[in-house]
Amino acid sequence: MPGAFDLMDPPDTDGLRACVHCGICLPQCPTYRLLGEEMDSPRGRVYLMRAAAEGRLALTPTFIHHLDLCLGCRACETACPSGVPFGRLLEATRGQIERRGARPLSERLTSALLLSLLPHPRRLALAVGAARLYQRSGLQRLVSAGRLLAPFARLRAMEALLPPSPPGAAAPLPEIVPARGRKRGTVGLLLGCVQRLLFPRVNAETARLLTRAGYDVLIPRDQGCCGALHLHAGQIDEARTLAVRLLTHFGRAVDWVVTNAAGCGSAMREYGHWLGDNRDAEVFSSKVRDVSELLADADLPLQRLDLTVTYHDPCHLAHGQKVRREPRRLLAAIPGVKLVELADSDVCCGSAGVYNLLEPEMADRLLALKLERIAATGAGVLATGNPGCLLQIARGCRERGLAVEVLHPVELLGRALPERARDG
Amino acid sequence: MPLTRQFLRELEQIVGPEGVVATPEGRLTYECDMHTFYKGAPDAVCLPTSTEQVAALVRLCLREGVPVVPRGSGTGVIGGAMAPHGGVMISTTRMNRILEVDLPNRCATVEPGLINLWLTNAVKDQGFFFAPDPSSQMVSSIGGNASTNAGGPHCLKYGITVNHVLGLEVVTGAGEVVRLGGKVQDRPGYDLTGIAVGSEGTLGIVTGVTVRLLHAPEAVKTALAAFASLDDASETVSGIIAAGIIPAALELLDETIIRAIEAGIGAGYPKGAGAVLLIELDGPRAEIEAQALRVTELCRAHRPLDIRVARDEAERALLWKGRKEAAGAIGRLAPNWVLQDAVVPRSKLPQIMREVQAIAAQHQVLIANVFHAGDGNLHPLICFDDRQPDQVARAIEANEQVLRACLALGGSVTGEHGVGLDKPKSLSLQYAASDLEFMARLRRVFDPKGIMNPGKLLPSHACGEAVRPGGKMALPEGAWV
Repeated sequence: MPGAFDLMDPPDTDGLRACVHCGICLPQCPTYRLLGEEMDSPRGRVYLMRAAAEGRLALTPTFIHHLDLCLGCRACETACPSGVPFGRLLEATRGQIERRGARPLSERLTSALLLSLLPHPRRLALAVGAARLYQRSGLQRLVSAGRLLAPFARLRAMEALLPPSPPGAAAPLPEIVPARGRKRGTVGLLLGCVQRLLFPRVNAETARLLTRAGYDVLIPRDQGCCGALHLHAGQIDEARTLAVRLLTHFGRAVDWVVTNAAGCGSAMREYGHWLGDNRDAEVFSSKVRDVSELLADADLPLQRLDLTVTYHDPCHLAHGQKVRREPRRLLAAIPGVKLVELADSDVCCGSAGVYNLLEPEMADRLLALKLERIAATGAGVLATGNPGCLLQIARGCRERGLAVEVLHPVELLGRALPERARDG
Repeated sequence: MPLTRQFLRELEQIVGPEGVVATPEGRLTYECDMHTFYKGAPDAVCLPTSTEQVAALVRLCLREGVPVVPRGSGTGVIGGAMAPHGGVMISTTRMNRILEVDLPNRCATVEPGLINLWLTNAVKDQGFFFAPDPSSQMVSSIGGNASTNAGGPHCLKYGITVNHVLGLEVVTGAGEVVRLGGKVQDRPGYDLTGIAVGSEGTLGIVTGVTVRLLHAPEAVKTALAAFASLDDASETVSGIIAAGIIPAALELLDETIIRAIEAGIGAGYPKGAGAVLLIELDGPRAEIEAQALRVTELCRAHRPLDIRVARDEAERALLWKGRKEAAGAIGRLAPNWVLQDAVVPRSKLPQIMREVQAIAAQHQVLIANVFHAGDGNLHPLICFDDRQPDQVARAIEANEQVLRACLALGGSVTGEHGVGLDKPKSLSLQYAASDLEFMARLRRVFDPKGIMNPGKLLPSHACGEAVRPGGKMALPEGAWV
């Protein structure tokens, strides 16, 4: 029987067949935990993709629905003893769905709008500016109170994510920030679309801490977008174009490509796969590091911060890049910081790229679980290294009135290495 | 025979629209459990949240003569949780609460969908654990464990699931809610709990389980003994058992499965050894120290390549992770497999392992061995690729031959995985026809219309199940039930 996939980037047959249906992934899957349904579990989704590949199923709306409900968190990959490359299978399948326009028009428009903003800092800035105006004008309260927006859950989800006050205008970072002290190497810093706009301090602190750790930091201008969200949404060709542009800008002069956004790091480590036989892409992917990995060994003169901190594992750091220890080590290294473990710290918070905008209901249920766990730690600070998680969890804390400060680990580290020590 | 709209509406009235899966795509994902060889999708899947809902579902199916197939986490390896005749599958995954933990009386009452390991996780800080530990314990449900009377590595010392179930709440095939056994252990009358445990959903569906909790042992010692050959390892196992030592667990892993484990999990098993024994001793510290010396001597008698003891809890946990996820890692070796679950008297272990190797050579199939050696319970995983029809045939033949070889040595057709859809045909090798008839009559008492999990556990000629006309079967050619 002919399969439902065509020959352009179909999900890999061996990858699909590596699943032996053991079910070890089930309890690790956020949607399975909430729904208890086989078709909303990794094992069920692999089964659906395989059935489509074998011609037992077409790419029906129900098929698409079950794949869209997947967060792409890749917790199943961590669990899978047979090494099923779930993330790649999902992205390839979404690519097939996307390219053939098999989704309803309204969904295509929403995702097209979101993804058209991202790689263009100016467009994204305009959109965020408009949203802020809307917040400040008081319209927001009126609209919220009147529930006028209720049918437009996606728009509500979008506006609810924005922090109440804009970040202070950040001085643009220079193209080169030289290392301090003994030089350990040269890194290229990815600024990230959302990070640079909503969390410019995270980028500034990342650069400062890296120089303190002995790295020259290169920040290529016009570096663009890493394409992670396009990849997750199945816009594979767009993701490839962005990837090629990005890796060209970074050139070969850097020892490491550093990011402080887990989603970006995870996607960049996959360039070698998605760009096919491209040596440059492979080399680039092999140089990608999360900022926590480079700072974990640095000997920084940190000052005391008396805080109880808990840590949430971003999916694309813990599952996508297998980085779990380094951020914890960094936080625990700050004198006075008491690091308490968060139960289910590596279960998705519901952010998952633009998932919380596309599937707000499921995202909200996951967020509620995450907040419960955070409240149970009694920590005053939650640290996590991904802008999506930062926005999502901060929004949850705001709405629930939970007095927890939500910070990127480098922000906390930056506080422990204040201004005067910087020159010392 | 698809269900009528009216029937689907009635299902929805019981569990709500969000509790019914009726789409072809959704149903397809329920067409098999971990035994992917047999496929049969239910006509609808229901996900109840209470005993009352389960009872209402069963009564509705009883009224219409529709088969009912219970399913927990779908990790069975014998085709127990799939629907060869269609019908309504009742999934217990949304009934997963711990209802009561009663530590002074060392027991807990849970809903059937609770994941096995989650119970131990809930009580381990208080120094307790739930002993039955099937390798799937990180995902399989306690209701499923009770229904299949699951075993596991530590059952060598602690006993199998039936030894740990104090009481059950069951919705019978007649639609009644009955409570069997209970917290108090000495009860008059028939041991109905013992009958229901291991009944594989053919008497009814478990909706509540009261289980024993045990105190965690004072000390645990876990060692790996590597041997050049399967033979040496098997002889060692027989030696340890014959010496009267009961380790907490005594597992054998061969070179093939270690390759899969190390590729998939990286658990630290030695590569290159022909076979490795994972030996765990637990109990009072002084006792296990003395036992450890004896076990080391017994290993030394069979030319070990290496004996090492896990240095800390992390290393021990990793070794167990490797062992318990071994079957899941088999995808590293081949896309398909069949898993035999036969038993031999433990003194016959070296002999049967030689036969297994001969069978593998004869049929030119790759067989990975990872099993509860201390119980004499084999688990040869026979690898194949279902795109190669000749490989499929050879794998099936090898699988049957292993079973016959075990029975010839005085063994049993199943150790712990159950009978399911795969083995009713083999029961007559072990039981007289009159014994099977008697079991079928017992089944009728609980399930008068034969709606509960038809096609499973007993040969259908013994039970005359009410299989609806037009009921579908999606079985590979050559299989019969």
